[in-house]
Amino acid sequence: MPDGDTRNVLEVNDLSTVFQTRGGAVHAVNSVSFHVKPGELLGVVGESGSGKSVTMMSLIGLLPSPPAEVRSGEVLLDGEDLLKVSPERLRDVRGGEIGFIFQDPMTSLNPVFNVGFQIMEPIRRHMGLSKAQARERAVELLELVGIPGARARLTDYPHQFSGGMRQRVMIAIALACDPKVLIADEPTTALDVTIQAQILEIVDDLRAKLGMAIVWITHDLGVVAGIADRVMVMYGGQVVEHAPVHPLFNDPRHPYTRALLKTIPSVSGARAKKLQVIEGQPPILGAAPVACPFRDRCPLVFDRCHQQNPLREDVGAGHDVACFHPLAQTGREAVA
Amino acid sequence: MTALVKVRDLRMHFPINSGLLRRQTGAVKAVDGVSFDILEGETLGLVGESGCGKSTCGRAVLRLYDITGGTIEIDGRAIEHLSQSDLRQMRTTMQMVFQDPQASLNPRMTVGAIIGEPLLEHTNLSRAEREEQVQVLMDQVGLNRAFVNRYPHEFSGGQRQRIGIARALALNPKFIVCDEPIAALDVSIQAQVVNLLEELQDRLGLTYLFISHDLSMVRHIADRVAVMYLGKVVELAPRDALYDAPLHPYTEALLSAVPEPDPALAGQKKGRIVLQGDVPSPANPPEGCNFCTRCPRVMDVCRRIDPEFREVAPGHWAACHLHDAEYNANAGQTA
Repeated sequence: MPDGDTRNVLEVNDLSTVFQTRGGAVHAVNSVSFHVKPGELLGVVGESGSGKSVTMMSLIGLLPSPPAEVRSGEVLLDGEDLLKVSPERLRDVRGGEIGFIFQDPMTSLNPVFNVGFQIMEPIRRHMGLSKAQARERAVELLELVGIPGARARLTDYPHQFSGGMRQRVMIAIALACDPKVLIADEPTTALDVTIQAQILEIVDDLRAKLGMAIVWITHDLGVVAGIADRVMVMYGGQVVEHAPVHPLFNDPRHPYTRALLKTIPSVSGARAKKLQVIEGQPPILGAAPVACPFRDRCPLVFDRCHQQNPLREDVGAGHDVACFHPLAQTGREAVA
Repeated sequence: MTALVKVRDLRMHFPINSGLLRRQTGAVKAVDGVSFDILEGETLGLVGESGCGKSTCGRAVLRLYDITGGTIEIDGRAIEHLSQSDLRQMRTTMQMVFQDPQASLNPRMTVGAIIGEPLLEHTNLSRAEREEQVQVLMDQVGLNRAFVNRYPHEFSGGQRQRIGIARALALNPKFIVCDEPIAALDVSIQAQVVNLLEELQDRLGLTYLFISHDLSMVRHIADRVAVMYLGKVVELAPRDALYDAPLHPYTEALLSAVPEPDPALAGQKKGRIVLQGDVPSPANPPEGCNFCTRCPRVMDVCRRIDPEFREVAPGHWAACHLHDAEYNANAGQTA
């Protein structure tokens, strides 16, 4: 982690997003706070429906409204609150200062434009380059993400690329304007492990070269262990634990994080006789939380969990956890 | 133990028709000469990247396709040339759990009707007996009996997959093909379904062909593992042998590409093999070994001659020239 620069390039405080649906309100994001520094990679882990993607899309107003509504909070990009700026300014931010890589490379590229056009579009819009200059920049970007024969492939259409190649094009588009923050929403989930390894290597490489802040959403703890500096675990629309990567994996405090780490089998080491499971289902977020979202599945549940929603509490060394149980504060699992 | 399933040189080619007269101009060789046995009561894991033909292979073994060539023997009966009506009778011994629990359950049928349909088709049970049997099946897979009249959309992904499993179990099959049964589920739910499959195997003595791209899950559930690449099985070995000492460079690369959920290990993971390029098209596979375009240890001979699938060590099969004394002087040591 770079120590010199302690300024937060992106700071999110107390963000809440609610969807108004015909079946009632869905509280998808409940007072989420986090920050990222330049050159840092923050991993966001959680199951589907835990609010990871919705959080990130709320940041730059990508959710259709209605039904989505950002109820409260602030999103500070270099001190400027993105929830209060004009739509014009927001358009400058999207793709310009904040790059976004979407989950599914198959559906997030426009099939009727060639990839050259799609890469050049943000460059011309945000950087004001001419067509010829933009083309040069597009070639540079495609080479950066490791697409062979970059110049010739600018005129190809998305269907002429494989899944891994398309994801590289997505990365190239996200990087096009040297964003300060790159948000990657499950960028490797739709890809095979060998292709995922290629993409991870490119991202590691680019981070060293370009020094941008990255927020990496995934449900794969293995991926996070390999690339993240800090990790934030989400459950039921809330941040339940947040820590630098080593403490999170070696000394997880929240019962959900612990259980999650135990459920995944490994390709090396001893093989467990039976897989650990987290019983039950993730919660349905019909109302603003008044109690711990994990209480129904938690092995350590006690009275207080049903009455109050735990707040994130610092347990030292940049590690915080939202849990009432004494084990969460004192560390090292003794009983769990 | 005897082999319940014997597959020899299974081939499944899909024709490519083009031109004005829709003449056949080529074929996608989705499965191209696959052979394996599955012993009674064991789980064979079948892993590979998407597009390598593992799902096609699973479906072809159950004759959900009219196969191009090869022989399949299940429970002592050759089924490669059986007619559809004869196959129907075989279906009671062989069943399938599909990948997407959302798409493989009829949204207009209740859970009871879905699980009871195989019984209606294949047995002469009375309505009451059938309903009783459905309830027993629901108990077996851990679904609440009270939900029998609900529709699939009222269930979560993990529960839907349980419905799919109950349906597959309805006729007391011996052999079940599980085609990526956990791919569409969350991590915490995956473990529940895998544990259920293991429990059922212990209790009912089932034999599984477990198809997955998740190497760590396959390591947990399978007794033996087959690795497919571009329509061919490149390595087949008992679980521990395959994961501890892979013989084929593709298996090696695949294993090293799996991210470790431990930051300490991830940092020092020596020699992660990152394969370059993409999988070639199965319509136009490269000459020689299918893997020669991406193999980090490719030799000249690989581009000319397709390696034979041989037993390199007892029970450990691989198709690679590296373990062929004729082409590789060090073959003896590596094997």
